[in-house]
Amino acid sequence: MVVLACSAAAAAPGEPALRSFAIVGDAIPDSLTGAPGDAARGRAIVFNRQVGLCLLCHSGPFPDEKFQGNLAPDLSGAGARSSIGQLRLRLVDASRLNPATIMPSYYRTEGLTRVAPAFVGKPILTAAQIEDVVAFLATLQE
Amino acid sequence: MTAAFLRVAILPLVAGFASLALAADIPTAERRSGSEFMGPETRAMQDDDTTNPGMLWVLDGEAAWRRREGAADKSCADCHGYAQTSMNGVAARYPAFDAAKGRPVDLEERINMCRSEQQKATPLPFESQALLALTAYVGRQSRGQAIAVADDARTYPFIAAGREIFERRQGQLDLSCASCHDDNWGKKLAGAPVPQAHPTGYPTYRLEWQTLGSLQRRLRNCMIGMRAEPYAYGTAENVDLELYLMWRARGLAIETPAVRP
Ligand code: HEC
Ligand code: HEC
Ligand code: HEC
Repeated sequence: MVVLACSAAAAAPGEPALRSFAIVGDAIPDSLTGAPGDAARGRAIVFNRQVGLCLLCHSGPFPDEKFQGNLAPDLSGAGARSSIGQLRLRLVDASRLNPATIMPSYYRTEGLTRVAPAFVGKPILTAAQIEDVVAFLATLQE
Repeated sequence: MTAAFLRVAILPLVAGFASLALAADIPTAERRSGSEFMGPETRAMQDDDTTNPGMLWVLDGEAAWRRREGAADKSCADCHGYAQTSMNGVAARYPAFDAAKGRPVDLEERINMCRSEQQKATPLPFESQALLALTAYVGRQSRGQAIAVADDARTYPFIAAGREIFERRQGQLDLSCASCHDDNWGKKLAGAPVPQAHPTGYPTYRLEWQTLGSLQRRLRNCMIGMRAEPYAYGTAENVDLELYLMWRARGLAIETPAVRP
């Protein structure tokens, strides 16, 4: 098993650095915040087109939600297909699982090109938001 | 996207510009203008000159074509006569290489060159109503004509540079233009179909803008969507991208002024 310790990229002044985390195989076993996330907050993040952006590409078992994307697999059963740790790595840095993926790395600030000034040094989601989304995805069992 | 990496790797080895087309590109038979991804109402609005809002700019452009301007006190018509004949097919081959500048210029810049060098007037600002109107009027004279930018030894490096930008991952979302427009066209990004990004109809009346806008403005929108810093108007990167997009759309018909969602 590959164990990789990743730690904080240089953050803009006043911005919290990324928290360090350990990748074990295809997963990040431990919570980024040390605490479990909140599935209800995670649901709101996934549905928000400016925050989570998930439904731009994905669809899911959300019959009332209009305008879902189909650039990516349906999220139905995502929590059954993957462990919590696998979901966490998928969100933190999907490019580690598939270098050619179009799914953005939600908790990575390095290796990016020409990032708009407003987003420089910032991950797409905070550590707490990642944990919330992971908790929500885990509820998608079928 | 292995294919995209391969393309970048192979490109410098390609000997002649005849080989600019690569296996992973959208095949000619599958190339479709953005208008084919629109709903029937939007297409009908574009196809009827009496409902196409872009025609208002074309009319303004026609008046500007005949207006004397600058220290030379000359109109476009004084030198070029009827646009219907002198400008016929011109927009279909822009951006075009300008020998004096040693680089390609897009249609907006070409018009501004005549403003400053021939009319001795101040250049019109990018995205100004006056420049959009003249560009729409000149572009309208190529409607229905097949896009055919030069691909020769002079334009080749600029087309290749545009392709390189198109395939480069950029922004906080780490997407390339190709991620959507080569690899996922026809699928839905939220509710909107992803078109192939052919610049067939610029300047275009975009319903979301509620106004006419240039191709460079459209490119800014996609850059902002990627959370990347857009290229400033008139920069070499934008013109290289425009040239690559036109080369990539070769053979498709000009629709200027188009209507887009
Ligand atoms: C730009 C498009 C895009 C966005 C935005 C995106 N994804 Fe993905 N996602 C993909 C693609 C494509 C895959 C397929 C696997 C691959 O490419 O490696 C994927 C795979 C996944 C998977 C694993 C597949 C499964 O269902 O078992 C999960 C879980 C997932 N995404 C969740 C999310 C969540 C949650 C968000 C928002 C926080 C999100 N994605 C945003 C494109 C996207
Ligand atoms: C996340 C997917 C995505 C990415 C990445 C993207 N675009 Fe787009 N692009 C779109 C969508 C969706 C539309 C259509 C928008 C609409 O109809 O509302 C579009 C429209 C366009 C158009 C207009 C086509 C027409 O018919 O008028 C052009 C040109 C274009 N994009 C170029 C680019 C370039 C150049 C880049 C890279 C700098 C890029 N796009 C990156 C999704 C994307
Ligand atoms: C004093 C004469 C003069 C005036 C006034 C003038 N032009 Fe030109 N224009 C030229 C000349 C000369 C060329 C270069 C022709 C060539 O290279 O073959 C040219 C070239 C062009 C081209 C490129 C044509 C091509 O085939 O590539 C465009 C487009 C153009 N002019 C538009 C305009 C517009 C629009 C106006 C009014 C705003 C204008 N011109 C005013 C003399 C003029």
